[in-house]
Amino acid sequence: MNTELIGSIAQIVLMVVLAYPLGKYIAKVYKGEKTCLDFLAPVERWIFKICGINPNEEMSWKSFLKALLTINLFWFFWGMILLWTQQYLPLNPDGNGGQSSHLSFNTCISFMVNCNLQHYSGESGLTYFTQLFVIMLFQFITAATGMAALAGIFKAMAAKTTNTIGNFWNLLLKSCTRILLPMSLIVGFILIIEGTPMGFDGKMKLTTLEGNEQLISQGPAAAVIPIKQLGTNGGGYFGVNSSHPLENPTYLTNMVECWSILILPMAMVFALGFYLKRKKLSYTIFGVMLFAYLASVGINTYYETKGNPMISQMGIDQGAGAMEGKETRLGPAATALWSCTTTVTSNGSVNGMHDSTMPLSGMMEMLNMQINTWFGGVGVGFMNYYAFLIIAVFISGLMVGRTPEFLGKKVEAREMKVATIVALTHPFVILIGTAVACYYWVYNPAFVEAEGGWLNNPGFHGLSEMLYEYTSSSANNGSGFEGLGDNTWFWNFTTGLALIISRYLPIVGQVAIAGLLAQKKFIPESAGTLKTDTVTFAVMTFSVIFIVAALSFFPALTLGPIAEYFSIYM
Amino acid sequence: MISNLFKSFKLTIAFCILFSVSYIFILWLFAQVASPNKGNADVVELNGRIVGAANVGQQFTKDIYFWGRPSHAGDGYDASSSSGSNKGPSNEEHLADVQARIDTFLVYHPYLKREQVPAEMVTASASGLDPDISPKAAYIQVQRVAQARGISPDKVMALVNAHVEGPLLGIFGPEKVNVLKLNVALEKLETKE
Repeated sequence: MNTELIGSIAQIVLMVVLAYPLGKYIAKVYKGEKTCLDFLAPVERWIFKICGINPNEEMSWKSFLKALLTINLFWFFWGMILLWTQQYLPLNPDGNGGQSSHLSFNTCISFMVNCNLQHYSGESGLTYFTQLFVIMLFQFITAATGMAALAGIFKAMAAKTTNTIGNFWNLLLKSCTRILLPMSLIVGFILIIEGTPMGFDGKMKLTTLEGNEQLISQGPAAAVIPIKQLGTNGGGYFGVNSSHPLENPTYLTNMVECWSILILPMAMVFALGFYLKRKKLSYTIFGVMLFAYLASVGINTYYETKGNPMISQMGIDQGAGAMEGKETRLGPAATALWSCTTTVTSNGSVNGMHDSTMPLSGMMEMLNMQINTWFGGVGVGFMNYYAFLIIAVFISGLMVGRTPEFLGKKVEAREMKVATIVALTHPFVILIGTAVACYYWVYNPAFVEAEGGWLNNPGFHGLSEMLYEYTSSSANNGSGFEGLGDNTWFWNFTTGLALIISRYLPIVGQVAIAGLLAQKKFIPESAGTLKTDTVTFAVMTFSVIFIVAALSFFPALTLGPIAEYFSIYM
Repeated sequence: MISNLFKSFKLTIAFCILFSVSYIFILWLFAQVASPNKGNADVVELNGRIVGAANVGQQFTKDIYFWGRPSHAGDGYDASSSSGSNKGPSNEEHLADVQARIDTFLVYHPYLKREQVPAEMVTASASGLDPDISPKAAYIQVQRVAQARGISPDKVMALVNAHVEGPLLGIFGPEKVNVLKLNVALEKLETKE
């Protein structure tokens, strides 16, 4: 077996093995039990005191959501103002300019919703100040927002009957200080030792061996990258994200970064089991997610290591695999693994160009985001799965003639309506968005031309570029078929809207379901209860997700990647 | 709402102190001690002059040097605007580019057969700044470089072999050769003689 495959397997094993103890630790943090980081408690108390927050005040799901939405609104204005005025602010040794109004709108929204879609290039679109006080700050706090929301849901699920789901501020801060900050420091140390820059000097100017001048962008990259991965943010420090040799200098940094993407989403599933004391439930959920993840890793690894058949026809040696848009030190297997890791979560960082991956790899990348429930973003990923669990409970309850119950609570019409709306928003936003873009492309070519022509590839692949962009926005992923010329009025605004809808509607809906269920009377388990921690139910949930989420997209996928597949493989 | 807004404001400031200041300071301090070049990109020197960043590829076109991969960053290896080609696998224009690159490569390496040309030498890297090539891609260039420099191919081959970096811990990931380091070693070889 070759070393590239062994590297991929090692990464997956490290994720799964370490996610278990981390999940145990996270459950302890959210329950307020003793942990090894309790020496941070005075700092937290001090912050709460200054901010006038009582961390022990219990909140109803409504006031929990109000606090969550208010601080997000505040962050929106914070980000907009700093991005607009960045050229007047300090820490700008390269003299980069401000962002246009529609670009700063898109950037601000995209980082606020934990998506990190980037319509600018990191080297020239931001200053060191905005990298640290907008981008990196948001990468910490928006990830913490998702985790806090999930911690609220845990509390609601664990309680027998309750009107409160914990304190949002408390969960938000603890997610930062106890989980994200210490892990980011460790990853940061490794990156720095391996050669990722962490300084405040401007571009390095040098004369190359052949006598040309080369300007090398650098800066505090090693601070942004750890949290970009751990918080499933994905917004790269440099334009080409983790394929940049300074952002990801060695195979070791690649392993660490890829591990960082999936470790927290995986740990969250185990945390659920420890928190609810229902380990078997978390194992079945983990099993479904891992199965789907491994399937897509298998497909992508196969196609990327096999190479592009159109290039094979030219009679050259493609033994190394499809190398267009990939890096030598990482190799196609590592890029295939990363492309699935980043799309099953809502991370969106890349270590190779997705636009240049093989048609079916591109399809799996899209499908992972379209389904959007396999591990998912920190916190919010499991919440998406939660909505589908509710639907699966309801459907299987009807199929076997039992009252649909989940964890001792009856699932009724109100929760079902919310869950269905949440589940359908995602395909709605993606397909309508793509349809509008296609309409403009076909019927208003003058408009598209004035915006720079949008597409970088003709034919089926061009459609994939547009479909991918809305998929990535709606999944709050942020990766792209980057050939798309997307820093334009049309794309900045429409994807900005998609981002807002698909972040806040599901969060509100899922917390509401949990809150509504928590208020209901607890029914002890009996012989008539539908068991939700069995393999049968796991298969059932998988089928519901596959039918509802995946099949809505197949017509669109047929016209894009599947058509492209047949055009080059037949 | 108003009270929540005040809390939001104060908490955001606290987060700034925690992350944008303290966290950054710790990492910066660590970089001053533990990073290869005090927090800046690691550099390679030749005769006391900095000739490049170790991890950032640069353009090589002369016959006396080993060549790196095709690049789409700016006009080629522009390290202030990294970029891949983002061309899809079925893109005709892209396939024509690859074809042209193969033909050019064969012109400069007339001793090669078509099936010996590795795909990575005719396809663009993701960042446009790929500092490495595979050992295979280095071996096939040995004859050209040796001829251009008028030294024995065996010597150049030995140099390439010395610069092959194995997988991580011997088992994880691909083998590679850093093009800049190899070329600098070539220069040093000449000055020694």
